[in-house]
Amino acid sequence: MKLLDIMHMKKSYGGLQVLKDFALKVDEGEVVSIIGPSGSGKSTMLRCATLLEKMDRGIIKYEGRYLVQDLDRRCVYAKKEELRELQRYFGLVFQNFNLFPHFTVMKNVIDPLITVDNMPKEEALVRGEKLLAQLGLSDKANAYPYQLSGGQQQRVSIARALALQPRVLFFDEPTSALDPELTGEVLKVIKELAKEKMTMVIVTHEMQFARELSDRIVFMEDGAILEEGTPEEIFSSKNERVQNFIGKF
Amino acid sequence: MGGTVFGQSFSSLEDVMDIETMLFQLGKGMLTTGEIFILTLLFSLPLGLILSFGRMAKNGILRNITKLYISVMRGTPLMLQLLVVYFAPYYLFGIKISSSYRLIAVIIGFVLNYAAYFAEIYRAGIESIPLGQYEAAKVLGYSKANTFFRIILPQVIKRILPPVTNEVITLVKDTSLAFVLAVAEMFTIAKQIAAAEKSMMALVAAGIFYYVFNLLVALIMEKIEKKLSYYR
Repeated sequence: MKLLDIMHMKKSYGGLQVLKDFALKVDEGEVVSIIGPSGSGKSTMLRCATLLEKMDRGIIKYEGRYLVQDLDRRCVYAKKEELRELQRYFGLVFQNFNLFPHFTVMKNVIDPLITVDNMPKEEALVRGEKLLAQLGLSDKANAYPYQLSGGQQQRVSIARALALQPRVLFFDEPTSALDPELTGEVLKVIKELAKEKMTMVIVTHEMQFARELSDRIVFMEDGAILEEGTPEEIFSSKNERVQNFIGKF
Repeated sequence: MGGTVFGQSFSSLEDVMDIETMLFQLGKGMLTTGEIFILTLLFSLPLGLILSFGRMAKNGILRNITKLYISVMRGTPLMLQLLVVYFAPYYLFGIKISSSYRLIAVIIGFVLNYAAYFAEIYRAGIESIPLGQYEAAKVLGYSKANTFFRIILPQVIKRILPPVTNEVITLVKDTSLAFVLAVAEMFTIAKQIAAAEKSMMALVAAGIFYYVFNLLVALIMEKIEKKLSYYR
């Protein structure tokens, strides 16, 4: 059984169809990169998968349990209790971090544990310290987000997402807001997560990174998958569109 | 004391109020002023937040009713609103108005008026918070209430402090409008003394009282702003 199974995902804004029958299956421990030109629907797909956006049609399953069903030609989302449980399956790292500016680094990481999971503060602190150490941020625990570099902020947001122990971590262009130097430190962290067999779905424009890291690359265009395969397959693709796009980087 | 004011002479000591008595009278008025001030803030700040929700509601009817309310409250004189609140029970329900209702009417009028202004300030603050804050909270599993009270509102308060300070300072001065319902707040008393004494003295003193009051308000608000400046 697949950890994540997306089928027939469709989404329109007004008359514009942004997603046309998108599908994605992800196994436990797999790293999947989604690449493709701007406006191809990558971010919309991620936003639908993380419930930030309602999709029009399609199915999302986690370990066979329906988060979204397609009944009577429309999407039916899971009921409250089931929805809450299934939401625990995934985390999301945003392009522009979206840290809470009035919380310290530590509080950003542990407040969801305390507020959402009702975890005792001491226990949350233990987990928080471990995560910050893992991401090389121990000395920043009491700093506020504005005092950090972009790369550090993104690492905090990764720590915050990991704290809830999701089974799948989605990344929405995690390095697009960073300069090349800072990009490196964030990519390093993601590589380490991949080594630890964290399941990840990464929307990215970092071709070299996607090539090195991914088990599978999905090339999207016009709201659908143009090509899908191992990095070798994609980077030696016969498809002219794919060749052109990759050649540009 | 004694002497000539505008060519009128008076010599009898009993006729002239000494400074201490005047300040004492003004001080008593100041208490009423303070009461109007504090009660208005106490009720209009939360009411303004509720109104701002109405103003931003998805429901069009609710949104438009709130919009109309704010528009009327901001578009008509507060003095007129005080009179309407005072006389409404009689004209609408035929209830006899007792004199104890005067202060209550003043406070109701002020609360209704200031809540409208605060609502727009809250709205500006709430709408200035990046959408990403809501999205991050949602993905992390925060409930709607937790998102608002833990994540959004603290940031809103920091952002709206300067315009709120403006309103609070205006409120201190607006309390003088209570004179239309003959509530003996400081300005009403100052005017009475000034008329009886044929001297500007009481009004000047009242001016100083208002100024010191507002200096204090500005000082306190500045302190709060400083306290919230630990993040950006």
